[in-house]
Amino acid sequence: MVIRRGPAALGWLLLAFGVAWVVVHAFGHGFGSEGNVPQFITVGLNGVSLAALYFITASGFTLIFGLMRVVNMAHGSLYLLGGYVALDLVSHGTNWWVAMVLAALITGAIGLVVHQALLRWNQGQDLRQALITIAVATILADQMIVHFGSTPSTLTAPSGLSASLELGVYQLQYPLFRLFIIGAAVVIGLVLWLVIRFTRFGILLRAGVDDRDMASVLGVNVPLVFGGAFFIGAALAGLGGVMGGTTLSLAPGQDDQFLLSSLVVVIVGGLGSLRGAAVGALLLGLIEQFSSVYLPQSLTNDAILLTFILLVVVLAVRSQGLFGRTTT
Amino acid sequence: MSGALRPRARVALGVALVVALALVPAIFSTYFTSAVAAQALVYGLAAVSLTFLAAYGGIVSLAQTGLYGIAGFVLARFTVSNGMDPLLAAVLAVVITVVVGLAFGAVVSGSEGIYLLMITLALGVITFYYFSQTPTFGGHEGINGVTAPGFIGDPVTHPAVMYEVLLGVSVIVYVAIRLVGRTNFGLAMQGVRDGPTRMRALGYNVRLHRTLAFTLGAVIAALAGVLGTWNDTRISPGTIQVSQIIVLMTIAVIGGLYRIEGAWIGALVYTLLDTYSRGLTARFETWIGIILLVILILSPDGLTGLAQRLAALWRRSRNGDAARPVADASLPPGPGGPGLEPGPGRTGSTESPTVLEPGGAAQ
Repeated sequence: MVIRRGPAALGWLLLAFGVAWVVVHAFGHGFGSEGNVPQFITVGLNGVSLAALYFITASGFTLIFGLMRVVNMAHGSLYLLGGYVALDLVSHGTNWWVAMVLAALITGAIGLVVHQALLRWNQGQDLRQALITIAVATILADQMIVHFGSTPSTLTAPSGLSASLELGVYQLQYPLFRLFIIGAAVVIGLVLWLVIRFTRFGILLRAGVDDRDMASVLGVNVPLVFGGAFFIGAALAGLGGVMGGTTLSLAPGQDDQFLLSSLVVVIVGGLGSLRGAAVGALLLGLIEQFSSVYLPQSLTNDAILLTFILLVVVLAVRSQGLFGRTTT
Repeated sequence: MSGALRPRARVALGVALVVALALVPAIFSTYFTSAVAAQALVYGLAAVSLTFLAAYGGIVSLAQTGLYGIAGFVLARFTVSNGMDPLLAAVLAVVITVVVGLAFGAVVSGSEGIYLLMITLALGVITFYYFSQTPTFGGHEGINGVTAPGFIGDPVTHPAVMYEVLLGVSVIVYVAIRLVGRTNFGLAMQGVRDGPTRMRALGYNVRLHRTLAFTLGAVIAALAGVLGTWNDTRISPGTIQVSQIIVLMTIAVIGGLYRIEGAWIGALVYTLLDTYSRGLTARFETWIGIILLVILILSPDGLTGLAQRLAALWRRSRNGDAARPVADASLPPGPGGPGLEPGPGRTGSTESPTVLEPGGAAQ
């Protein structure tokens, strides 16, 4: 399937209109501190940090799909679980950093168990596997209500990151932890890219993606590689949950929210593509944040429709996502 | 189970079943008629919009709950806030939902299988967030006090008429699906399901067929939304949240994702569980998850698939020889086989996808 020019032109037009709209409202009153520039900077940073959070979570989702063709519908539940596990650990006196690592490892382990017990023996039946992970998500969501209640709660940022940073322009301050999330997303993206590109594990991963059977015939321990990938993917969801639980909140429903964001990110970016996940996350995060501020008052409640328009336009241009592979 | 019966016998059986079902309000209590029977028909109608798409189009859509919600919310908004006549509001609700369904269909028509599942889930969840954020449709509270047309009356205190209407619409939808399956369009749809590339080569517009199929599914979902909202007398975003999307999927899987009748069987099983097991366990959702998991592991084509398999086993042991080809075609593979993937023979006994002509129903 090729890029279709008509919808693509429309897509660029919409993007240009959106950018122009934001620029006019942000800079229309001049660059003085009484204008809208400080707000623009804050909203932009909010968008990027939200995008970073989406990327961390969705990169795990796209990694799992890229290798195993498993659409893990329990990804949002693993996100929420990671946050709750860290919350539990921190409330029992564990250091935030230790809790973060442990939460990622525990969600990774749970993902591995789900993979080994429920997904290993039915490889290739992607619909059945997706439905199985939906069942897992249902069970996890209900059990999390049992164990962690349904009142929203938040993790406290570690002492070194709980302050705000002076940005040096317009006397703006920005929470250090959100900047940390942006940095973490960049690091995670780079590490994943380097691992996939240059290490032996990455080569095996790509071999498995391209031709599972051939890789297996050539002596690659495919089950081991798959298990490893599922572990990492689930751990990334948990990691996202710890960070999301620190800046946003943890409550039932957050799992659905992050399942949706992961879905949109990979549908827009293309399933299995890391670069696509980055672009998709940025688009989604920025659109969500800017629309919450720059949409006309009467349309603020319809902001979610912009996500829908994003999906529609991207799918009209390329039904496999911006960076999706043509063959499956 | 019905594979061995002649067409005329099957029609007679169907009529007898419908007559028996029509007597439910006369035999059972008001509570049972309303909480179980009518509710099951609403679920069944919503689920059949899913199984219809799955069976005939190979489209497994998680957007059906969203379409149900669009119909319900539009109906509620027009009836309650604008004081419109319920029937007129219902017609408008169906029309608007079908238009949205057409748009959804156009969006997803370029995709297949798992990708389509993801996109439709995203559409369903976006619909939910839309209605929970828009004050026009009552926001989180939703809209209460939706009145049904006069001839239905109050479905809460006197559910009999509501139930009969639901039954009537269900029968019409079922028959209509069977008829559509035999039209040229229906056959082309099944062709697109089984071999999109081949159909494209034959000159069929695959995207158009998928879009139109999806739109037909939206008609059914819209009917379910209208009737379901009348039956509940209210609608709120909770009716179409993610857990409800999963409930609808569960119902379809319990009954058999690729069986039209499976939708109602799954709906009945689910409603009975929902009504009578909540007293036994506080963790109903967990049990639903476990049931879904067990069915997916043991019998991915659901209860109808299981029944079919048992019937085939019984026939085979009675005949004492190799199963007839017909039985083989409808015999699902074992747990290791591709039980949930659409393909030749997956729709079971009524149409054989390899024979693309109306006489294809070989039983």
